[in-house]
Amino acid sequence: MKKRKFGFALSLALAAGTILGACGTSNDEGQGSDKEGNKEEKPFSVAMVTDVGGVDDKSFNQSAWEGIEAFGKENGLEKGKGGYDYLQSQSDADYSTNLNNLARQDFDLVFGVGFLMEGAIGEIAAQQKENQFAIIDGVVEEDNVASILFKEQEAAFLAGVAAAQATKTDKIGFIGGMEIPVIERFEAGFLAGVQAVNPDIKVESNYSGAFDKAELGQSIASKMYSSGIDVIFHAAGGTGNGLFKEARDLKKKDPSRELWAIGVDSDQTAEGIVNIDGTDHNVIMTSAMKRVDNAVIDLSTKAKDGNFPGGETIVYGLAEDGVGLAPLNEELENKADIESAVADWTDKIKNGDLTIPETTEELKTFKAE
Amino acid sequence: MDYVIEMLNIRKEFPGIVANNNITLQLKKGEIHALLGENGAGKSTLMNVLFGLYQPEKGEIKVNGKKVNITNPNIANDLGIGMVHQHFMLIDKFTVTENIILGKEITSRGKIDMKKAESEVREISQRYGLAVDPQAKVADISVGMQQRVEILKTLYRGAEILIFDEPTAVLTPQEINELIQIMKTLIKEGKSIILITHKLKEIMEVCDRVTVIRKGEGIGTVDVKDTNPNELASLMVGREITFKTEKSEAEPKENVLEINQLTVKDSRGIQAVNQLDLTIRQGEIVGIAGVDGNGQSELIEAITGLRKTDSGSIKLNGKEISHLPSRKVTESGVGHIPQDRHKHGLVLDFTIGENIVLQTYYQKPYSKFGVMNNKEIYVKANSLINEFDVRTPDEFTLARSLSGGNQQKAIIGREVDRNPDLLIAAQPTRGLDVGAIEFIHRRLIDQRDQGKAVLLLSFELDEIMNVSDRIAVIYEGKIIAIVNPKETTEQELGLLMAGSTEKKAGGVN
Amino acid sequence: MSSRLQNILVPVIAVLLGVLVGTIIMIITGYDAVAGFIALWQGAFGDSYFFGETIRQITPYILAGLAVAFAFRTGLFNIGVEGQLIVGWLAAVWVGVAFELPKIIHLPLAVLAAAAAGALWAFIPGFLKAKYRVHEVIVTIMLNYTALHITNYIIRTVLSEKSDRTESIAESASLRSPFFESLTDYSRMHWGILIAIICVIIMWFILEKTTRGFELKAVGFNQHASDYAGMNVKRNIILSMVISGAFAGLAGAMEGLGTFGYAAVKGGFTGVGFDGIAVALLGANSPIGIVLAAILFGSLKVGALNMPLQAGVPNELVDIIIALIVFFVAASYMIRLIIKRFGKKGEK
Repeated sequence: MKKRKFGFALSLALAAGTILGACGTSNDEGQGSDKEGNKEEKPFSVAMVTDVGGVDDKSFNQSAWEGIEAFGKENGLEKGKGGYDYLQSQSDADYSTNLNNLARQDFDLVFGVGFLMEGAIGEIAAQQKENQFAIIDGVVEEDNVASILFKEQEAAFLAGVAAAQATKTDKIGFIGGMEIPVIERFEAGFLAGVQAVNPDIKVESNYSGAFDKAELGQSIASKMYSSGIDVIFHAAGGTGNGLFKEARDLKKKDPSRELWAIGVDSDQTAEGIVNIDGTDHNVIMTSAMKRVDNAVIDLSTKAKDGNFPGGETIVYGLAEDGVGLAPLNEELENKADIESAVADWTDKIKNGDLTIPETTEELKTFKAE
Repeated sequence: MDYVIEMLNIRKEFPGIVANNNITLQLKKGEIHALLGENGAGKSTLMNVLFGLYQPEKGEIKVNGKKVNITNPNIANDLGIGMVHQHFMLIDKFTVTENIILGKEITSRGKIDMKKAESEVREISQRYGLAVDPQAKVADISVGMQQRVEILKTLYRGAEILIFDEPTAVLTPQEINELIQIMKTLIKEGKSIILITHKLKEIMEVCDRVTVIRKGEGIGTVDVKDTNPNELASLMVGREITFKTEKSEAEPKENVLEINQLTVKDSRGIQAVNQLDLTIRQGEIVGIAGVDGNGQSELIEAITGLRKTDSGSIKLNGKEISHLPSRKVTESGVGHIPQDRHKHGLVLDFTIGENIVLQTYYQKPYSKFGVMNNKEIYVKANSLINEFDVRTPDEFTLARSLSGGNQQKAIIGREVDRNPDLLIAAQPTRGLDVGAIEFIHRRLIDQRDQGKAVLLLSFELDEIMNVSDRIAVIYEGKIIAIVNPKETTEQELGLLMAGSTEKKAGGVN
Repeated sequence: MSSRLQNILVPVIAVLLGVLVGTIIMIITGYDAVAGFIALWQGAFGDSYFFGETIRQITPYILAGLAVAFAFRTGLFNIGVEGQLIVGWLAAVWVGVAFELPKIIHLPLAVLAAAAAGALWAFIPGFLKAKYRVHEVIVTIMLNYTALHITNYIIRTVLSEKSDRTESIAESASLRSPFFESLTDYSRMHWGILIAIICVIIMWFILEKTTRGFELKAVGFNQHASDYAGMNVKRNIILSMVISGAFAGLAGAMEGLGTFGYAAVKGGFTGVGFDGIAVALLGANSPIGIVLAAILFGSLKVGALNMPLQAGVPNELVDIIIALIVFFVAASYMIRLIIKRFGKKGEK
């Protein structure tokens, strides 16, 4: 806890410097850049370790992998050793082995995707001082580790605004994965967004306790939809796939029924397609995107250019294109209204006029004006 | 054609053993033909060959003179061969009729025509003198009745040849008489019967001819009227057998076991033992006679501490033991040869040695400070194996791989070796062959002669009459009579076991 | 053929069949099987780091296997090893973070706390089984989930302030060993392997040498006969579960004090407890068999992680192979039949 708080304070302090860093102004990089310099002739290689979700989780890991793929292609790398690759973990105990394995295969930059890898990266980074690591959604204070955090609350806030505009029953649902700070940021931001539009809307929050239990997600979604909720936002990784399935099933059964699901992390539109009598419909209203891919590309590029921000914590928000809202569903009746509302709030956040709460505790004192 | 079934020179092998070798059995129409042999002699294998469960390696089977190839039980059924199993294959919750028609239901428009079925069952049962209530639930009728249902099942399926597998093992003397009548009626109606048994008395009483097999070999077929029980026994066992167990007069001394007003409930909470009184003295064998289910098991479990008593007292050498756990009872000097040697008597997956110390493993010299001393255990086991003639490769063999008789000898060795003041033997010879029975009876009498008290529970009246010095008849949880075996008859005992006391009131001990 | 030889042959053949079918699957799905197995081997034993990691993985497998096997030898099916492992993990870490003591006291205390917690967690189904005849499989499955969520709650509320993991344990409670680390190039191999081996010996000793083990086995084989012989069947059932749970708790200590050094909120089960069932099954519930089975599964699991990178073979394939091995052991009747056929031919 102490560690995270400290890390976060540090990240705020460094946020400005990071943006500058992206423009090419290098801070004191230390050994990271030296190492780069020595390996000029060898192409820059990058790899990641997934958590138990795997690269096809249609969410967080997938987004990171897409970033790495994009980076690899852009730089003419091959998948595999010496280019770009990933290793999937099958249990918590595998993180360390996988990270170590990649570092030993001389990947220049190794990403650990997910807060669960904090401990493993911290330990390995201390042992393998020659290697560069990055952790997504966590903070590790080692000179050869760059920590990446996101302002999930900002994307979630916009999703909340959209949801509040779209609901007809004034009942909205939220499905969380595990009760961890990242997910709490989603929840707090989402609730704040809804509240900003209409404080009378009731939002029901439910934590499934897991990121890989689609069937659990479906049963929670089923209960919510049947209780009159018509928009559900999930921040639950693979568990959220159950939400989409339930929404699709309900839509198929009764095409006239208005219900929506909101995706998370990446643009999950593809998950919402329902074919009814030959025409495609989509139950996904939008997605609160966490552009892990952008962050991965950004950081990889910096590292390749010798500007690896070792020891720093970078926070990607709306202003940095680190988070955002996916394009809205065409089937929305009041799509234009929602779009303009979202655009208004986006400006306020980008301008710094509005700070979105990160915790449900902060939400209590939040006033959207 | 004279024969309805001919099994000629049958040979059946299993990996490592020859179960049947060169056995010939020819069944004449209208006769009762006994198949006699010790346990494990190959009777069941032979019948399973006839029933299509096994294919013989050599030999041929003819039915009504025609050579047949019986590859499965359905073919046997179609040929008119029916089997009355020793362990009934009935569904408790179904009625008699439902059980009989099972698999051959009479249906009209997809529904079972129960009326028609019942009338058919009634018709068959009257023709063969098999009185049953077609509407009664099987769970509610007696064992003898259940056996009739089994017979009816085969007749309903049109059996001409009936195989009875040890049919009298579960019956009371009266029921055995009734069964014999039924078999005679069946013959009159033109059926033929094969009777599998090892009871010589029944063969003498009811059979026309007898085929003897020994250790898988066909020994031969003899006419019953030309033979006698002694000859049959020696044919079966391969040596001379004495039937009457020789013993001297009992010389009873002090009371060892005194049971007063004992009441015990069974596992369903029903009073199984009801204010029972019984005394056993040093140097005598008291046999308990009774139809199964009259509280015998509960009585023994109560004495040995395996079941809680409700009221009354059990004293061993004057000391109250009714409240003691079974280990303390054992330690106070009670040996117990349990009814079911597989369920209670042995841990089948333990070695002989481990079974020998099943109650004493925690005592010196078999263990010290909680650590077992295997050497002592197996030395002991080895000596008991020799003393009690347990046929086993060695003391490290699993109990499971021994024959029933040798398992029982090991149990008896174990119990007797502890030198208990009271030895309880519950059905000690059940399912054993003549040789083993002889051995076990001898051992019980030896115990008596050494001044021990022996309580014998058996459902074989022969055994009770032969071995006991006094017979206590149990009926509905009470000892209703105590008789002297020399002064009573099987008929009288049978009546007592059925609960009639008037006649004998004067003769009670 | 002697039954003893058969008991050894069955698992060996099951493993070979599992590998064979796994190879066929690799070939059918277009992967390079040879490269796959080379990568598997190198991922498990290829260099000292992987070797250390393999031993690290074997350690909890041995203990989880012992836990399942011990209960099984007494006729109980302890599906709850996973839950007992989780509570053991938490208890060990709790002691590890809560106290500051000299290592000689702190480490044993943390290890014992794990064993005690696992034992307590297993006592519940044992007690319910003995007293009320509630089937242990149902209770232990339920308790797995209970353990998962209770420990998550404790980690979030008691051991941290709404964080997803506890602090790292004090150095004095750690099983980590700089010696092993230097030997195996910073693998997470730790002293727990010694604890696991000691436990193997303890299990063997209890079952084969003590009167207590004699009773436990007797109860496992035949409760009626044990009752008849004057043994306290209920007490033995409870004791068996408690000892089994203690082994499971120790497996948790391996993770808490060795591999991780902390306890984190879990979204799902670790899987070690369930793999323990497979280990016990393959090891035929015998102490030495469990060690061998744990070595096999541990190296498969760790080696598999290297397969995607080096050979492009997905590591799920190893899960398939493990599942096949378990299947073939469970279907040992089939294998025994095959052995018999071959045996017969050989004789002729």
